Amino acid sequence: MKMLMNVPETVVADALRGMAAAHPDLVVDVENRVVVRRDAPVAGKVALVSGGGSGHEPLHGGYVGPGMLDAACPGEVFTSPVPDQMVRAAAAVDSGAGVLFVVKNYTGDVLNFQMAAELAEDEGVRVASVLVNDDVAVTDSLHTAGRRGTGATLFVEKIAGAAAEEGAPLERVAELARRVVECSRSFGVALSACATPAKGGPMFELPAGELELGVGIHGEPGRERRPMMTAREIADYAVDAVLADLNPRRPVLALVNGMGGTPLLELYGFGAEVHRVLGERGVPVARTLLGNYVTSLDMAGCSVTLCQADEELLRLWDAPVQTAGLRWGR
Amino acid sequence: MSETALDAGFFLRWMTAAAASVDREASRLTDLDSAIGDADHGSNLQRGFAAVVKTLEAEPPQTPGAVLTTAGRQLISTVGGASGPLYGTLLRRTGKELGEAERVTVDELRTALRTAVDAVAQLGGSALGDATMLDALDPGVEALTTSFAAAAEAAGQGARDTVPLQARKGRASYLGARSIGHQDPGAASSALLFAALAEAADQGVAE
Repeated sequence: MKMLMNVPETVVADALRGMAAAHPDLVVDVENRVVVRRDAPVAGKVALVSGGGSGHEPLHGGYVGPGMLDAACPGEVFTSPVPDQMVRAAAAVDSGAGVLFVVKNYTGDVLNFQMAAELAEDEGVRVASVLVNDDVAVTDSLHTAGRRGTGATLFVEKIAGAAAEEGAPLERVAELARRVVECSRSFGVALSACATPAKGGPMFELPAGELELGVGIHGEPGRERRPMMTAREIADYAVDAVLADLNPRRPVLALVNGMGGTPLLELYGFGAEVHRVLGERGVPVARTLLGNYVTSLDMAGCSVTLCQADEELLRLWDAPVQTAGLRWGR
Repeated sequence: MSETALDAGFFLRWMTAAAASVDREASRLTDLDSAIGDADHGSNLQRGFAAVVKTLEAEPPQTPGAVLTTAGRQLISTVGGASGPLYGTLLRRTGKELGEAERVTVDELRTALRTAVDAVAQLGGSALGDATMLDALDPGVEALTTSFAAAAEAAGQGARDTVPLQARKGRASYLGARSIGHQDPGAASSALLFAALAEAADQGVAE
């Protein structure tokens, strides 16, 4: 399968060199794999550090900048970064006000961030962590790894990042981040399997004429396969899956997310169907963000994330942000 | 066999054999992982063990414990994913348990591994039968009372026995019942670790 790259072994490093070239307001440490906002550490400000496997761009490096993350740690493709990266990032951005780790709930991310938190605390950095687990496709029980972290990660990074930018203390930023997690749920669908550079081809077989419901963002196959559905039917299925778990009593913040391989033309059409079904279910929409924000390489497909947002969360959502992937109000 | 003394050289050979075997089997591990995970187990361990060998060769530690703690630390720093912390903890903890002795008995190694495997289970929150590394590590350690060859055989059998199991931890657990019928990639690589141990023993142990 053709890919725009040199060799698979250097895709992450090559992308980081490109980030450095395209975004001079970021400090990109290609060798140690840490992306930091140029003015860090910002005096008196709580710092946000996130990270995860590469392949989900613009997550996380694309969300580093004023109003969002202070640093991001990209791992290998679909592989959690290592503790050394988070410790280095935390040291680079901590102003003394403490650091919040935003961690997606995957066994690897959880273990590496946990080790990093212990090591950073040994070095005198105050660390709090928030675990994002919004994917309703996964049964959340003691007998599984628990729900995955997907689209809600962007909500957490934006809203907690805005609170930190306003000068909120660590406990408050962490509490807001956890509130966003509590109020958010997602559901994803794949029309094709994604291809990783290392494998050089699709990660699983998805026959023509079928789609995968409840898919994750790492090319993990989902829980159910069905004959291909229309955008209308997919929106009904995805939104109902989210609402079954969320039951919002307030207007929602909606992320209509492309997985990387779906054209915006199709995604906008899907977004219209998401709004239609939310209207039919009596759920008002306060804000909509539509685009490729939490991706899975070249996978065709989409996900819906809803956050039951109160006035405060909406105000923080609207606050200025200046990153490569999200930028408004400044 | 419990009288046999194992020196730092034996543990260096173990790590070298493990790296070679991960190298040989990388594509098989990745294929197992692509069926129920995210197709990177082979390449991640390959990168990690290559770093382990490089570090050990640059400055060979003088005791069995130091060989394993150094190897574990390298895995944590280079592998990522869940495998990095889990395999890193396995080796580091074993190394710490062995302390600063210049030679250890097979019994002492077995006891240290037992403690380390329990630490891995605790870190991963997994139990026997969840279709994880543990299903190969646990029988491997238990069979060490017999011989290195028996341990390798038991770990390999344990890995194969994960095929009919439903994964309850790690990425494969997202598949629910669809994980049944596939060998767990972590159990498969754990079996390689025990096979490498038997290989190191075949190359001779200090008396």
